[in-house]
Amino acid sequence: MNSTATQTGLFSTDRRDKWWVGPLASGLGLAAFGAYSTWAAAIGVHYEFGPYLSPFYAPLIKWDAFPFSPAFLILWAPLGFRATCYYYRKAYYRAYFMDPPGCAVGEFRGHGYKGETSFPFIIQNVHRFFMYVAVLFIFMLGYDAVKAFTWDGQFGIGVGTIIMTINVLLLGSYTFGCHSLRHVIGGKTDCFSCTKFGPVKFQAWRGVSFLNSRHQLFAWCSLFSVGFTDFYIRMCSMGIFTDVRLL
Amino acid sequence: METTMSVYRGDKNSGRFVDYKVKQFEGMVVLDAIHQIQAEQSTDLACRWNCKAGKCGSCSAEINGKPRLMCMSRMDQYNDGKPIVVRPLRAFPVIRDLVTDVSWNYEINKKIKPFKPKAKEADGTWRMQQYEVDRVQEFRKCIECFLCQNVCHVLRDHDKKNEFGGPRFLVRAASLEMHPLDTEDRIDMIKDSLGSGLCNITKCCTEVCPESIKITDNGIIPLKERIVDAHFDPVVWLWRKITGKPAQPTK
Amino acid sequence: MTKYESFEQDVLVIGAGGAGLRAAIEASDLGMNVGLVCKSLLGKAHTVMAEGGVAAALANVETRDNWKVHFRDTMRGGKMLNNYRMAQIHAQEAPDRVRELEAWGAVFDRTKDGRILQRNFGGHLYPRLAHVGDRTGLEMIRTLQDKTVHSKNVKVHMECTIYKLLTNDGRICGAIGYWRETGRFIVFKAKAVILATGGVGKSFKITSNSWEYTGDGQAIAFEAGADLIDMEFVQFHPTGMIWPLSVKGTLVTEGVRGEGGVLRNSKNERFMFKYIPEIFKKDYADTEDEARRWLDGDKAARRPPELLTRDVVARAINSEFKAGRASTHGGAYLDIASQRDGEYIKRKLPSMYHQFKELADVDITKQAMEVGPTTHYIMGGVKVDGETAQSTLPGLFAAGEVAGGMHGSNRLGGNSLSDLLVFGRRAGMGAAQYVKDLRTTATLKEAEIDTTCKEMLAPMERASGENPYVIVQELQEIMQNHVGIIRNENELSEGLAKIQKLKPRVDNVRVEGGRAYNPGWHQALDLRAMFICSEAIAKAALLRKESRGGHSREDFPNYDKELGKINFVIKKSGPHEMQLVKQPLPEMPADLAELFKGD
Repeated sequence: MNSTATQTGLFSTDRRDKWWVGPLASGLGLAAFGAYSTWAAAIGVHYEFGPYLSPFYAPLIKWDAFPFSPAFLILWAPLGFRATCYYYRKAYYRAYFMDPPGCAVGEFRGHGYKGETSFPFIIQNVHRFFMYVAVLFIFMLGYDAVKAFTWDGQFGIGVGTIIMTINVLLLGSYTFGCHSLRHVIGGKTDCFSCTKFGPVKFQAWRGVSFLNSRHQLFAWCSLFSVGFTDFYIRMCSMGIFTDVRLL
Repeated sequence: METTMSVYRGDKNSGRFVDYKVKQFEGMVVLDAIHQIQAEQSTDLACRWNCKAGKCGSCSAEINGKPRLMCMSRMDQYNDGKPIVVRPLRAFPVIRDLVTDVSWNYEINKKIKPFKPKAKEADGTWRMQQYEVDRVQEFRKCIECFLCQNVCHVLRDHDKKNEFGGPRFLVRAASLEMHPLDTEDRIDMIKDSLGSGLCNITKCCTEVCPESIKITDNGIIPLKERIVDAHFDPVVWLWRKITGKPAQPTK
Repeated sequence: MTKYESFEQDVLVIGAGGAGLRAAIEASDLGMNVGLVCKSLLGKAHTVMAEGGVAAALANVETRDNWKVHFRDTMRGGKMLNNYRMAQIHAQEAPDRVRELEAWGAVFDRTKDGRILQRNFGGHLYPRLAHVGDRTGLEMIRTLQDKTVHSKNVKVHMECTIYKLLTNDGRICGAIGYWRETGRFIVFKAKAVILATGGVGKSFKITSNSWEYTGDGQAIAFEAGADLIDMEFVQFHPTGMIWPLSVKGTLVTEGVRGEGGVLRNSKNERFMFKYIPEIFKKDYADTEDEARRWLDGDKAARRPPELLTRDVVARAINSEFKAGRASTHGGAYLDIASQRDGEYIKRKLPSMYHQFKELADVDITKQAMEVGPTTHYIMGGVKVDGETAQSTLPGLFAAGEVAGGMHGSNRLGGNSLSDLLVFGRRAGMGAAQYVKDLRTTATLKEAEIDTTCKEMLAPMERASGENPYVIVQELQEIMQNHVGIIRNENELSEGLAKIQKLKPRVDNVRVEGGRAYNPGWHQALDLRAMFICSEAIAKAALLRKESRGGHSREDFPNYDKELGKINFVIKKSGPHEMQLVKQPLPEMPADLAELFKGD
């Protein structure tokens, strides 16, 4: 085997494991979700069933002058939150931009690389604003989930109720594990014992840190659950599924 | 049992992989194999090592393509019949064989402003709670093996050594910046001279860290957020204008 | 003339572990222009491997502690053979040196009220070791390294080995060595030289020491005419890993026992209760029940015998082995899993957990470790003055493991890191003062430089010769088998004869390859120092016909009253001659002697 120590190039590596499985899977997963959610949001129908409201359309804003699906009035928020999310950035930089495709795997070499210092990626710095909105959304989706326990003014639980509740819990676990939230809520404090409300901040920071260390897990679980919740409600609305009342 | 080691021999201009047969014994690590080659087959095979217990971070290399410490890499995990390929770190110029020129790292370190503690308490001590030093203690576990520097594509593939300090020194900056007693402001230094914005948080540094430091999640991202506070957050900027509070994170 | 690069420095510090860095910082603070040379990269020195902690009577955890108790523990641990003045300075100044580290950014583990936490360790009466989990040395070296990098006029020369000290008119004037990277020669003209090169452990087969520990400092000091002291006292750390083969000798921190770990033999007995020496009987528990109460925080209970000094524990493990009660691979079981919960172990001993998990497939939160003695430290070294750290050769200073006297016949765990700080600083001060007082500068002798360069090149220029690694392996076998943990007259004489026989072969080693980063060549050049130190150890061990501290003689199992009053000093008496001289211990003043009444 002949080689110099510095040879490199796209995908060049001495790794023998299947390093490409991860980025390929996340690339396909994101693409599949993107395709489904775009379709589901664009068609603008079958997003409600009984007390259920699809998360793609929540909060529901009915604005007659708006010519497109009402989903587009609100979807920018979760989309922006996830697009600038520190975890998803890793996933799509690896899967789509191949920058890098994997660890110790070669890529397009070039000095043109600017990382997140210039347009467009400098915009990633707005992540925390999407986070503020995303936190609001959790409460709104929570409200929708609570509403899903009410059938014609009576307490009741359907399979959809359970799905919507789980969805909010997963979305909450993802949102409250956000890196920006972790910073804002206490991470920016260095000396907890010498600042006002330090111990409280520390506990909050610790709680967010707990979720944050599982951010990737909740990112995928909540992505799946949000799509599935829409799918379930859509299927019920279209009459393909029958929602079973449990209570 | 005999195992074939395919080891890079050469310098920065040219080199090749040379196969050596070594006797494998129970619990053997890759560094043992390199030592065996040195003692019995090729006394001038160059490699760095010191503690042989994962504490000094000297014996960094790439084993079957993965950046690792040779002293912490058991041979038995590679027993797939193929030769074990050992090459020097890719992000740094080769001096000889497995030894690379890592002096650039020491130059970067000099740029980081040193620790500047606040005044002591009345009794002449500094008080810190264990829970608040846990965070910086994680960063201070770093053994400077430079595997993170080696695997970071900003240095490895894009060769941005003039603009980017690399994960190791972002973590070092974080260890000072988040120190409960520290009063120095390093935010602009982190942004401009360490080039934190060049990190695109793809986390390879975290994956290779032999000390399991969560470099990206606990070190670099919190620093990026602090830079947002100082440079990219109009709300914070407005709040500061109104309240007149200084442009520094809470110390 | 051979070509070389040259530097001029007020103070040249050789070695960049804790002592070297601390010395460089002090000399720089005092206005010196400092050169700091290290064999490895900066920050990789042996100090990073120190795990347990740094001993200092801060009295944060136990208010009864103070420097006098620390001093007494140190002297008792050294079996009263210590240079009392050094032990006194050490105990008095260690707390300030630790607090100073904190001021420079070190982050020690904390007590509940936010101060520096201290842990128990062998031979220390009270919890005294400031620590950071089990990576205290790393914390220390990184703190000192960064302080050094930001100190004025300190030039760091990495991967540079000093081969010889240069003298003129009976004092130091510089040093000569080579860059490991290029193999080119380098000459330092220096007014004062501080040795901080560490120990000699690499001359033994089973050791916790790295390739750097070839006794360079002791050897070049001896060659230059400085005296060595106490060379017979080598510390065998009781707990090194013994299995698998690959890691035989790798250190298992005493912190494991400090945190409650217990030693058992193959019969599952906690055997240390049988080995408590008379002078320690009143401080150590004699039942498992009392030891348990101590661990649970009962202040009336006495300490478990696992926390006896290292020499005692190492010998006990060895005795159990001889009595046929060893663990599967010939050591003892060190068990913390039964004493502490898993989370606590992982928090306080993270690198031990990692080390055993990765290298031995042992989960220390569930299973016992197998341990046995490993060569760890040399108490002896360059004889220095306690106040200034100056050796008997004017302008030559020494601090840390390379210096002798401070620890007597056995060092307490944790006293090394504090020793580095206290005497590193003192050496920096001493050298700066020496330089300020100098009226004339000595000149380098060009001819000597030239011969030294030729000598260094010789292994590469021989047409044929031996592999240096073979010689090292033979030397390690000799030292391990004949000058090891348990010694006797026959073994030592035989060992010495073997060393003498092997030595001429050093002059016939040959290495392949060129001068650039050639480990074979570096190994060949380290041989000379390894032989000087090995010979010194064996010779002094032969003369000390008693057992004391790290030196255990089968044929003389007890203390000898007369030998307890003297140190062996080693002087150079000819080009290749070593002379051993008995030197009476300095007399302790009455107020200090008072502390030992009743011993």
